Amino acid sequence: MVAETALDLSALTQRVRRHIVRMVYEAKSGHIGGSMSSTDIMAVLYGRIMRHDPKRPDWAERDRLIMSKGHCTPVLYAMLAEFGYFSTDELATFRRKGSRLQGHSVLGKPEGVENSAGALGMGLSFGLGIRLGQRLNGIDAHVYVIMGDGEQDEGQVWEAAMAAAHHEAEGLVAIIDRNGIQNDDFTNATMRTEPLDEKYRAFGWEVRAGVDGHDLAAVEDALRWARDVKGKPACVIFDTVKGKGVSFMENNPNFHGAPPSDEQFVLAMQELGE
Amino acid sequence: MTTTAPASAATREALGPTLVRLQRAGADIVVVDADLGKSTSARTFKDAYPDRFITFGVAEQNMISAAGGLATTGHVVVASTFAVFAEHAFDQLRMSVAQPRLNVKIVASHGGVSVGEDGASAESVEDYALFSSLVNFTVGVPADVVEAEAMIEAAMAAPGPWYIRTGRPKIPVVYTEGARFQVGKADLLRQGTDVTIIACGLMVGRSLAAAETLAAQGINARVLNFSTIRPLDTAALEAAARDTGAIVVAEEHLVHSGLGAMCAQALAQIAPVPMEFVGVQNRYGESGTWDEVLELMGLTSGGVVEATKRVVARKK
Repeated sequence: MVAETALDLSALTQRVRRHIVRMVYEAKSGHIGGSMSSTDIMAVLYGRIMRHDPKRPDWAERDRLIMSKGHCTPVLYAMLAEFGYFSTDELATFRRKGSRLQGHSVLGKPEGVENSAGALGMGLSFGLGIRLGQRLNGIDAHVYVIMGDGEQDEGQVWEAAMAAAHHEAEGLVAIIDRNGIQNDDFTNATMRTEPLDEKYRAFGWEVRAGVDGHDLAAVEDALRWARDVKGKPACVIFDTVKGKGVSFMENNPNFHGAPPSDEQFVLAMQELGE
Repeated sequence: MTTTAPASAATREALGPTLVRLQRAGADIVVVDADLGKSTSARTFKDAYPDRFITFGVAEQNMISAAGGLATTGHVVVASTFAVFAEHAFDQLRMSVAQPRLNVKIVASHGGVSVGEDGASAESVEDYALFSSLVNFTVGVPADVVEAEAMIEAAMAAPGPWYIRTGRPKIPVVYTEGARFQVGKADLLRQGTDVTIIACGLMVGRSLAAAETLAAQGINARVLNFSTIRPLDTAALEAAARDTGAIVVAEEHLVHSGLGAMCAQALAQIAPVPMEFVGVQNRYGESGTWDEVLELMGLTSGGVVEATKRVVARKK
């Protein structure tokens, strides 16, 4: 088990953001924006909320994190490495030939990656299946599914939302990283999905919305609330900033899937305290 | 095993009873369903094990991704629906099942054009082309209810994704003396030297009938049941080509992407011989009784006889 108290989450998130920028810069491709918007949420999950053990990635009783927005591998790999699932040295192989750190996530590559993703909209279904399978096994665990707000365009998300409520999937937690930007443009210009909170509520979920996804205490409070919801699945909608942590990347659609230039890399690492 | 085989039965009837028998014997099966359990016979499993039968409503994409997740918790997951509706979740099959190689068995009924009255939308002429295109999938089409039971049992014991196509109509039982199914092995049903007829599904029985007719006309046809489409039994293919010098493939599927196309591709590399193809020719199905629709498509023993004569005439 990861010790809950000793960890300095704020320092962790800075290290992870530096990993993210460096991985994408060195690979000359990858998704910084959505990785940085999820960083604080994931740090709280792995550091304060989830029952997990990096030494036993196949532990049947573990909580699972399903990264449904499978392009956000930089934050996933960086977080897993920081928690000791594998060496941080391996992060330098991201997107390289022969690497376990594939551009989009592949189940089991490396240890701690719980699903294959990249086509959007499947993670909530996959997580629901895990939760129902755990329940049949008598395992009282949680499954946390991180989705993007752009991902809410996918019809399958709503099939899963309906089924999770129907099956009273207690322990399933949908986390929406609502950063307001998707591949081509702002989400509101691409496809209006709001009001997401009312939609999930209408589908039968317990919902908490309007949580600042970069206030570590607020994130922890919301996730503790979600973890304790009984008899229903829970949804937390975090308001986040795409590219959070580097001024010129923040809320900038150009940093969804493009790498920084040499100059931008230096500036970004300075801003992230290197 | 079925101890006394009926004279005729639908292959779809095998699913529910076989799963119940295996679960009783200690298997860890979970069935996921998309509102067609009565027709696929999966409902029989629900009656016996309601907690292990999870309904997803008419939402195949969610069902397939959830099946993948379920499989990561140790259960053997069976997803049942109609063949055309399994196609509805192709990307989910690819990303949530095939690529991570999870233990999910798709057993889809109402395969092929023999669905009959429901017409084009319900008749899957391309299902096992799609499943055969997915890396890591084992794909099978049983010749009768006896083989369907054996195939389902084999699938449950083998790790990894499977697709099994079953059918709607009651068809004659071929394996009246018991199943001989082995994964990846063609079954020799009739020895012959002049030509080989390769078939799967309900075309196996029809090909055996064709062989009888051909024998009366002096053509001695070998009949092979290729109930495993993937992996293809290339050893049996090569032997058929070398021993008989001509091959007919008969199937209830589009010819340009079905078993025949896969056999031709394999033979092109190892032992090319003249081939003919009995199947659905670049078209969708239509309404009629199942027998009438098969007739319309040329999927009859007479169709196999004609194709066999053509290929024999092409032998040097």
